[in-house]
Amino acid sequence: MTVTVKLSPLLVDLFPGSSRRVELEAASVREVIDELDRRWPGMRDRICDTRPAIRKHMNVFVDGERSTLSTPLKHGADVFIITAISGG
Amino acid sequence: MPERVLVLIGTKKGVFIAESDADRRKWDLRGPYCETWPMQHVIADQNTGTIYGAGGNEWFGPAVWKSDDLGHSWTHSSAGLAYKEGEEPVKSVWSLAARNGTLYAGVEPAGLFASDDRGESWSHVEGLRNHPSRTEWNPGGAGLILHSLVPDPADESRIWVGISSAGVFYTEDGGRTWEPRNKGTRADFMPEDQRYPEFGQCVHCLVQAPGGGDLLYQQNHCGMYRSEDGGRTWQSIEEGLPSTFGFPAAVHPRERETLYLLPLNGDIYGRFVPDAKAAVWRTRDGGRTWEDLREGLPQENAFFGVLRQAMATDRMEPAGVYFGTSGGALFASGDEGESWSCIAEHLPSISSVETLVIEG
Repeated sequence: MTVTVKLSPLLVDLFPGSSRRVELEAASVREVIDELDRRWPGMRDRICDTRPAIRKHMNVFVDGERSTLSTPLKHGADVFIITAISGG
Repeated sequence: MPERVLVLIGTKKGVFIAESDADRRKWDLRGPYCETWPMQHVIADQNTGTIYGAGGNEWFGPAVWKSDDLGHSWTHSSAGLAYKEGEEPVKSVWSLAARNGTLYAGVEPAGLFASDDRGESWSHVEGLRNHPSRTEWNPGGAGLILHSLVPDPADESRIWVGISSAGVFYTEDGGRTWEPRNKGTRADFMPEDQRYPEFGQCVHCLVQAPGGGDLLYQQNHCGMYRSEDGGRTWQSIEEGLPSTFGFPAAVHPRERETLYLLPLNGDIYGRFVPDAKAAVWRTRDGGRTWEDLREGLPQENAFFGVLRQAMATDRMEPAGVYFGTSGGALFASGDEGESWSCIAEHLPSISSVETLVIEG
């Protein structure tokens, strides 16, 4: 299903050619990150650690709710991948 | 061909580069690079001129940055820079060293990685963390970090590492097996009858005399030391110095018995330069005698420290010596430490200083 992913500008700055808004096919947050990493190799390591889990100071929101890698997505979902206020 | 020297500066907010000609009197500063990430260590591969930066960002995790154009543009990677799933993840990269086409990275929590493709991908040197003492390694104030990386340029099978606060470890089979090498170094923070343990010392900086071999020096949390046998035994060289505490150590590029230290006033007194007067201390006889070098350095109200990777020499003649402070000032000497000048100030807190000398 098609979802809209909005990326933190700090994250976009790390990957030349990436963009703040991405449309892609995914059924879970994990699949979103898999697809982002396919398009821009290395992006997974910036969002996730190797437990594996979303990094402590990163947040992924799906339709306004804080999510985990296993959170399922509905068609048309908005996925925000943003830096937490605590990380700076 | 005239030479230029680049001073590579890792800071809490990115990488800066100071550049000068062979006179080393007029300096130009550029940066910040690496998206203002906290950068623990920035080095150059002296054979290729490639610059590498070790960092870790609270948001984005660990990465090694790379520049093939003397720092003007950078890429980053952490592919393979990871422990197994379920283990505490790698938080930051703390140290780098290049040897004959292999790049090594020391990380937090303490471990060692190697790259044979110029930092594009990494493999874990598992032998170090397989050492039976590992479950007893305790973090120092900055965490459980592998901060000193000394691959022997004369023997590819040999590497020494310094871990805070697990001590010095050594391999002579390329990293498969390791042994602690701390005999003779103190752990004053332990009970009186346990102050010379096999491991657990708080090594702050480990360096090797130029040219490789068995002559090593270390600044420890508890004293300054030299070893003539590759770290099997250590002898104190702190007599004549103003304290037993400090972080950095830097060797001369050619003279095996010339070492620079920057003692601080002590671990419980603010960790400033003693009496708020800055001095670099130099020995030319392997630590038997010391002289303080102060000309051009602030001699009043100097309340700064210098971190473990923040002092370096260059390979020019005469050798340059450099250090960066916790307050963001960079001092340089173009005459082996005899006189100094401040070549940059108001930078973010400086974590590391290294040099690259290039032709043209």
